[in-house]
Amino acid sequence: MSDVRGPGSKTADALVADSLTRRFGERVAVDRVSFSVDRGEVFGFLGPNGAGKSTTARMLTGFLAPTEGRAIVAGFDVATSPSAARRHIGVVPEEANVYADLTVRQNVLLMAELHGLAKAEREQRCTELLQTFDLTARATQKGRELSKGLRQRLMLCMALVSSPQILFLDEPTSGLDVASTRMIREVIASMNRQQGMTVFLTTHNMDEADQLCHRVAIIDRGRIAAIDTPVALRGRVDSRRSVVVKFSGSGAAPADVLPRPGMEVETLVDGWRVFSPEPGPLAQHIAARTADMGLRIESLNTLSPTLEEVFVSITGGAHGQA
Amino acid sequence: MAKHDAARDADDAMAEFLRQARCAWVIAKKNARVYYLKGPVVSFGIVFPLFFYLSFAAGHNAPVEVMVPGIAAMALFFTASAVGPLVTPWERQARTFERLVTSPASLSAILAGDVGAGAAFGAALALLPLIAALVLTTAHIGAPLPLLAGWLLGATAFSSLGVLLAAPATDTPSQVMMLSNLVRLPLIFVSGVFVPHAQMPKWGQWLSPLSPLSYCADLIRVGFGGTAYFSVTLDVLVLAGFSAAFMVAAHYFHRRTRDHAT
Repeated sequence: MSDVRGPGSKTADALVADSLTRRFGERVAVDRVSFSVDRGEVFGFLGPNGAGKSTTARMLTGFLAPTEGRAIVAGFDVATSPSAARRHIGVVPEEANVYADLTVRQNVLLMAELHGLAKAEREQRCTELLQTFDLTARATQKGRELSKGLRQRLMLCMALVSSPQILFLDEPTSGLDVASTRMIREVIASMNRQQGMTVFLTTHNMDEADQLCHRVAIIDRGRIAAIDTPVALRGRVDSRRSVVVKFSGSGAAPADVLPRPGMEVETLVDGWRVFSPEPGPLAQHIAARTADMGLRIESLNTLSPTLEEVFVSITGGAHGQA
Repeated sequence: MAKHDAARDADDAMAEFLRQARCAWVIAKKNARVYYLKGPVVSFGIVFPLFFYLSFAAGHNAPVEVMVPGIAAMALFFTASAVGPLVTPWERQARTFERLVTSPASLSAILAGDVGAGAAFGAALALLPLIAALVLTTAHIGAPLPLLAGWLLGATAFSSLGVLLAAPATDTPSQVMMLSNLVRLPLIFVSGVFVPHAQMPKWGQWLSPLSPLSYCADLIRVGFGGTAYFSVTLDVLVLAGFSAAFMVAAHYFHRRTRDHAT
């Protein structure tokens, strides 16, 4: 097998994609994608719409057979030992897929039974998870009666009831309210921290990836464009480092205080953002120049590039948005 | 060493078989709860075949020994094969099929669960017209074993046929329903349900052996004291063969659909 480990990986692999390829007719949706995910790692999978994120996740979970290449999940080849591989995973797809005619409790118990949990264990796990996700009071409500946020919480309960080694999440907080989003992120982080659960997170949300992921892969046009830690990825686009400055009053404009003309300046609601590969010296220059001019600074900060800027820089940002 | 490895492999295979059998059982229970035990499904399963038969038999003065086995076979055929074609499209539409496929249940277990639920539903529900006929007419059971064999094997074969019909890659139930009726309705007319085989035209007699309903109706007819058109042994073997063939074909086409999914 080719070396599929990206930079930053440290321990045994929970997940390996080895030259995974999927064609739909003439169209190549995923093209020789290779990477590995360490045990206990939260791995973000980012990409524009149609880049191949969900197709890759579907091949890893065994829903879709690869045209070429192979997927190893929890040490099992998904093609040759699909059931063994799937005993170790929990899946939360982007679109809700709870049984509308079953109650919240019945939905969770169904997944527990499919994973072969004994009756006492599945009852206990179900009760614990409903408490964790604040669904106890809704245990007898049917799936069809739940709001989007509650359905998403239920899907997490269904995915976690078997205590999987690896949790696949496809846009887990997309379209959710702040409270549900925060709860889901906290539970994911806690499961990872306390139980060492590996998480494969497909997302459009750069803040989410930045906040939760140890490493991030960016897929573009079916190919891996970058894999690294969020910090290292941000380091790749030094040109997007910046200084954010706000002056007291309205007596100064960036042109008055910048060391040289032609620097990229973005106007913010209450200040300016000036881009520079070396924001430290730039901040010092702005502070000194402002003092010389007898002006006052209300705030002055240096900023690293956001993951979104890294993403746009790598994918070109022309054929979709994050 | 090799002996130990072989024994361990056999143990693993048995453990996996039992795990999958349990998954099939769980899926069958789920199907019963979600799809079968609904008022409209139950009433349609009883009423439709009853009136379908009566509308044909009314003008023909069919004797009880022809009419009762005919209604029973029709009811079994319709109830066991009615919902199976719709389960997979419904599950695709609701995206719950993806949930099942990414669970530890194999495709074989999912389909076995579907077949099991359909067969159990058909066998149980079709008992109602059977019991009604026993109470309300002079019909009586003369040979319980052939009747039981026809009932169980017929339910399994018809349910397997239903699951096979669910294989096309669609999440639109009405499309599958059209295909289902296109296949099921012609089978009724060549199966000796409405007209005894001996009175059927030559082409009907040639086509009759191609329908699993022919063998099921034959066994039920024997169960009610009638005579077999084929033979009881042949009926049993062919029904078992149809069940196996439908299940193998269902597995092949469902897998093909999954592998060619877009």
